[in-house]
Amino acid sequence: MKAVCWCGAKDIRVETVPDPKIINPRDAIVRVTTTAICGSDLHLYGGNIPTMQAGDILGHEFMGEVVDVGKRVTNLKRGDRVVVPFTIACGNCFFCRNELWSLCDNSNPNASMAETVYGYSGSALFGYSHLFGGYAGGQAEYVRVPFADVGPIKVPDGLADEQVLFLSDILPTGYMAAENCQIRPGDTVAVWGCGPVGQLSIVSAYLLGAEKVIAIDRIPERLRMAATKAKAVTLDYNEVDVTEALRELTGGRGPDACIDAVGMEAHGTSIDARYDQFKQSLYLATDRLHALRQAIQACRKGGTVSIPGVYAGVLDKVPFGAAFGKGLKMAMGQTHVHRYLRPLLERIQSGQLDSSFVITHRGRLEDAPNLYRTFREKKDECIKVVLKPAA
Amino acid sequence: MAQTTLEHLESIHRPAAKPAETQQPNIERAVAVAGGGSLIALGLLGRSGWSRLTLAVAGLALTYRGLTGRSLLSGRKETKHYGTSHAASKMKARRGFRFETAMTIQRSPEELFRAWRDLENLPVFLEHLHSVRDTGVGKSHWIAHGPVGNVEWDAEIISERPNELLAWQSLPGSTLDTAGSVRFDELFPKDRGTVVRILLQYDPPGGGIVESVARLFGSGFEHSVREDLRRFKQIMEAGEVPTTAGQPSGMCGKKRKGGAS
Repeated sequence: MKAVCWCGAKDIRVETVPDPKIINPRDAIVRVTTTAICGSDLHLYGGNIPTMQAGDILGHEFMGEVVDVGKRVTNLKRGDRVVVPFTIACGNCFFCRNELWSLCDNSNPNASMAETVYGYSGSALFGYSHLFGGYAGGQAEYVRVPFADVGPIKVPDGLADEQVLFLSDILPTGYMAAENCQIRPGDTVAVWGCGPVGQLSIVSAYLLGAEKVIAIDRIPERLRMAATKAKAVTLDYNEVDVTEALRELTGGRGPDACIDAVGMEAHGTSIDARYDQFKQSLYLATDRLHALRQAIQACRKGGTVSIPGVYAGVLDKVPFGAAFGKGLKMAMGQTHVHRYLRPLLERIQSGQLDSSFVITHRGRLEDAPNLYRTFREKKDECIKVVLKPAA
Repeated sequence: MAQTTLEHLESIHRPAAKPAETQQPNIERAVAVAGGGSLIALGLLGRSGWSRLTLAVAGLALTYRGLTGRSLLSGRKETKHYGTSHAASKMKARRGFRFETAMTIQRSPEELFRAWRDLENLPVFLEHLHSVRDTGVGKSHWIAHGPVGNVEWDAEIISERPNELLAWQSLPGSTLDTAGSVRFDELFPKDRGTVVRILLQYDPPGGGIVESVARLFGSGFEHSVREDLRRFKQIMEAGEVPTTAGQPSGMCGKKRKGGAS
């Protein structure tokens, strides 16, 4: 089969590899009909994520048709159309049973490696380095899905792939980010980052009852999408002082909740952002937190800072005194995708939610190397890339 | 005899007087600080962006560990266990191995006790064991893997409280003094799982040719025992051990071995 393989930093190749097979009794094999490139795949593309090996198959947002099931998978059969969560969960450990699916104890074969680095291991992820399990990903014609009796959700025929594909990752991610804000009627929510997760956080915040959502970015097409498609009030941080503008827009109080959909590769031009970049270039800090810093500073007293943006290392100069003094709640982490599949599919079916508007680029699997570059360089107003393996 | 308990087991294998442990961490820590500093310097001087980052972050973590004794990201102190031989240690190694841990598994004490009580099943998850054969009357014959050959001994169950405790030890005259015990404590309220506490002890017998346990089982023994127990939890909770062995991957220009397509 054809698969998108990581061969080094900025070296993506589509290669012919063996088809995946059932290895464990709870596996299924899915023929991929549509798959996407995620913003976090760009960290892999850039060579920023350790424990990648040349030849690793990428891709954690995918859906398709079941073509084979292991002996112990009784809820799926050949021909079922499914969307697969990007986090792999066993369903039976303490964390899975408590709906903390992305913290599963039992899905990472390299758990001891993760424990050495972090002190714990969360769930494994598809196509996201050996630290997170080393599972072959879904930017391919076929993919092996472990714990298939727990993860994949069957989707009905009436919906196109593009309408449901993002149940795999970015839609539950945006939704959980907004849900973590504990939005009440009348609330104002500010969202840093207008990439796909940011866009879907905006949409979810409105769905959950926010009165006003303010979106912050500097890329014109992203601000435009946030304004026209997601209906946010937008702020360009290259044009305005974000903290001042937020204060004005909220009558001096500050947003009730702030969502950091940027994470550790924050770009910024202010002094503290330059400081982060400087320290990072000297390898004295690993993550840049310009967006998080602003979120903490801007949030109203007693508000919530919700962090779907990925952080991987250690932060420097976090205004934690301000966070403490203001009594902020903080919620963060990898999305518990399994929790949201059914409720969000229902909302899609009833027309309340559409996530397909984030797609800007479409191609075949063979176009992956070029599209990774386009996405990375934000060329051609690229916001989200979707790939279709040859029919 | 009827009162044999975990405490009795522990008193049989009383630990030796604690060696000068404090020396060991200091030597290690000094090396860590020096090594960490060099890595940071190498990182700054290196050329490719990715290798610079790895070196420098590793250097940072190592220096931190050297200065504080803790892992930078996990905050865990380095595990100290006396007994296994260590190149930097000046203490008289006891040459024994004692491993103790607790883990919580989402199964009932009954299910876990049953899985463990069937001793012949232990090698399924305790991969350092080659086989365990029930020889009747509470006795069993054990064979363990070792880099210099297999090690065998006979053991007997010395304590058994169904669904609560199982303890065994090697018979006198065995090539290896071994003892083990497993305790099962259910958590409340229900559905919080069962805490499983395991104690494994391997000692060279007194007298005769004495081999260090580290030589018998290889270095990294503690790590492999931890992984064995992780396997037990995975099998009991998920019904299988997660793996990627045999999955496809690309070649990135290198030739594929064996001519597989």
